[in-house]
Amino acid sequence: MPLLEKYPPDSVVPVAGLDQPTWIVHRDSLKELAAELQADSASGFDLLLDLCGADFPGRPDRFEAIYHLYSVERKERLRLKVPVPEDDPVLPSLAGIWKAANWFEREAFDMFGLRFEGHKNLRRILTHEAFEGHPLRKDYDAARRWILTEDKVYRPQPRPDDGESDDDMFEQMTINIGPSHPAMHGTFRVVAHLDGEVITASEVEIGYLHRCFEKMAETHTWQQVIPYTDRLNYCSSFINNVGYCRAVESLLGVEAPPKAVWARTILSEFSRIMDHCVCNGSTLVDAGALTNFWYFFQPREEIYGLLEACSGARLTVSYCRIGGLAEDLPPDFEAHCRRLLEMIPGFMDDIERLVNKNRIWLDRSVGVAAISGEEAVNWGWTGPCLRASGVANDVRRDHPYDLYDTVDWNVPVLPGGDVYDRYRVRMLEIRESLKIIRQLLDRGMPEGPHIIDDPHIALPPKEDAYNQMEAMIYHFKLIMDGIQVPAGEVYSMVEGANGELGFYAISDGSGKPYRLKVRPPCFPIMSTFSDLIRGGTVSDAVVSLGGLNVIAGELER
Amino acid sequence: MSFELLATLAKTGLWMALLLQVTPIMVWVERRGSAMIQDRLGPNRVGPLGLFQALADAVKFMCKEDITPAEADKFLHRLAPLLALVPALTTFVVIPFGPDVTAFGRQVPLVVAGAETGVLLLLALASLGVYSLVMAGYSSNNKYSLLGAIRASAQMISYELALTLAVVAVLLPVGSFELSEVVRYQQGQFLGWIPKWNALPQFVGFLVFVVAAFAETNRLPFDLPEAESELVAGYHTEYSSMKFALFFMGEYMGMATLSCLAATLYLGGWHLPFLSYSGPWWWVAAQGMGVLVGKATLFLLFFVWVRWTFPRFRFDQLMRLGWKVLLPLAVLNLIAVAALTVGGVL
Repeated sequence: MPLLEKYPPDSVVPVAGLDQPTWIVHRDSLKELAAELQADSASGFDLLLDLCGADFPGRPDRFEAIYHLYSVERKERLRLKVPVPEDDPVLPSLAGIWKAANWFEREAFDMFGLRFEGHKNLRRILTHEAFEGHPLRKDYDAARRWILTEDKVYRPQPRPDDGESDDDMFEQMTINIGPSHPAMHGTFRVVAHLDGEVITASEVEIGYLHRCFEKMAETHTWQQVIPYTDRLNYCSSFINNVGYCRAVESLLGVEAPPKAVWARTILSEFSRIMDHCVCNGSTLVDAGALTNFWYFFQPREEIYGLLEACSGARLTVSYCRIGGLAEDLPPDFEAHCRRLLEMIPGFMDDIERLVNKNRIWLDRSVGVAAISGEEAVNWGWTGPCLRASGVANDVRRDHPYDLYDTVDWNVPVLPGGDVYDRYRVRMLEIRESLKIIRQLLDRGMPEGPHIIDDPHIALPPKEDAYNQMEAMIYHFKLIMDGIQVPAGEVYSMVEGANGELGFYAISDGSGKPYRLKVRPPCFPIMSTFSDLIRGGTVSDAVVSLGGLNVIAGELER
Repeated sequence: MSFELLATLAKTGLWMALLLQVTPIMVWVERRGSAMIQDRLGPNRVGPLGLFQALADAVKFMCKEDITPAEADKFLHRLAPLLALVPALTTFVVIPFGPDVTAFGRQVPLVVAGAETGVLLLLALASLGVYSLVMAGYSSNNKYSLLGAIRASAQMISYELALTLAVVAVLLPVGSFELSEVVRYQQGQFLGWIPKWNALPQFVGFLVFVVAAFAETNRLPFDLPEAESELVAGYHTEYSSMKFALFFMGEYMGMATLSCLAATLYLGGWHLPFLSYSGPWWWVAAQGMGVLVGKATLFLLFFVWVRWTFPRFRFDQLMRLGWKVLLPLAVLNLIAVAALTVGGVL
């Protein structure tokens, strides 16, 4: 690697990673290396996927900052690990290189107390201002409680950068949009500085729904984390299940049986359709077109019916298990799927006829909150929002998992990067998902078990656990100690409904995750919001928020 | 008491009785209609077909706590919803609902106030409506309400111009401000079977009038003053209980009177081809009112249909449409109609 030669010895050390190349980087070389990695056209790691901390109290350098990089062009991944000592937890900020680093660095500061030198606004992001300590440090007791008082709240005071718009003639206004506002889908807060109705500056406050999923994961066994993943992007909870289970499966080195993989692919695609329905539906509602919302929710309800038939739950399905599925598929699974395939296109046709060429909707959405592909990548965007900016990036196509490489489908890409193209990309993706499902159904359900036949991973059937000594012991061990996952680390990703959903898991060989980091697709997207809405009106801000599909459960974890 | 006064009181009573029914009925129509459009059921539990839902709503409104924000301007905050009803409950006086009839041996015109300045009076009263919204927004001491009020005033002023110009074009060939004259002018048929209604020859003006009417009543796609997803509830964010209900009633009654006006100006009012209006006076009055209400109902249904079909404009787009499209169109229409009138075609 010629790139590495000019750095002092031992400052950049490639090590063998289980899943992707990993370099251990000294913090003094980090900034230079990062700039080079980002800019170098040959390597061009233009997307900062994730940045997180990890805490290893036994080590001389207690903390580690872990960067996951991605090259959109070459579809390559790279992990940088930067050890940071406890007494001086400082490392350079990379927000000038990847804008996506801005919020991720705030999160790492919030969770681990890592300080990023050169960051302009290194405040807590997910926890309350009155919070003390850093919750993801290993010595932070998960049961600790704080009384959070209002007097310590940070009060955002966004002001436009340019002095000239401070015209004495007109009084300007600061307005609170959220956390309880009809257009905030979830609980975010945007404090906007208005000149008339034009937003001249704004600040986004998140964290109202923060429950520290990652800390909870560390105190539960690997299986017990699955229901928590439901609550990340709760509009498509099944995809989260799949993402998490795949991460653990690759740590274990096992694969789910064909039947489970087949069902996972189909249900993931149905979940994606649901998610896109919610997103497009709420975007249109924010634009005042209420009827489409109901047309979108009809298919969603029916898909919930399918998930309910499989798992017994509608919203938070928890249907995946490590190594397969929780239950066997219902007997009429295929017929049920076919019924859905027949009804969904009709609703989509109705909606497209209502709004695709509607002058008012076009005026409201074309060119609104537009972002170029290059910018979007720099901000860390993935998924439909990035594809609407003309960048064909889809985990299902670029790093196929499950059955995605065996079916014929397209990645819809549109050039506009605005609210309208984000809406259109989702509509096109719904059709592609239907195509995938149809092909898989035509192929027929694979025979065999729904979960892996390994007593160290899958629970034995109930009657065996009651009647056989051996099965009962396995059952007991799995429930009490959890699945014993070999030590190691893995970054595993699936294409979530809103972009690359990554799970970075570190195992120390025990029954509980040592560290579990979610790469939430909407987190970097939301960090762009303030920039996206500058210069637009309040109405534009409201419409563009819907189109970004920011889900509070996933954003704030 | 003189006979005229009695007759006027009777006619007013009839109108009021009808108008006060508009809100509950329209709420039901709107909810069931939207449910039909949106592929769901709508309220169907209270009474047959959910017809008594409005009654339950009214009880609910009266039982709700009436909150006035601490920092609000108490007087204006209270006055605003009352003012919302003024145009709604006054403009009907100039709308005729039948030909002159002879009752108890006297000639009685079937209009409450056959004022010679009929249309002017109506427009003057209708434009009072904006004060209520501005007052509500201003007095609430809420930024969203204020934004809603600002939007309301700008929107109403812009669209009132287009609306008035369209109305003027109707009056030109008639040569009178009196709405009874406008109706009389529209009697008869083209080619023996097409009703000679203004909507046909003045179809540009009709279009302008309908669009402006939507904006005047703050209905979607022009519901920017309330714009739920943007301004929470706009000018009535801080209103609850019956005060809120008054805004609600004002909106629906405003819709109803504008629909009656549209029917009178463009669809021949109480006149229906091949309906000769003969018989006792009360039968003529009932027929006239029936025809007028029927035509207005078409407009009301159209209001509902449009509301559940279109997205909402953005504020600058709304202004652009008002000033750059509707107003020039209305002026051109006026000039064309004037030329045709002078030329003797109309």
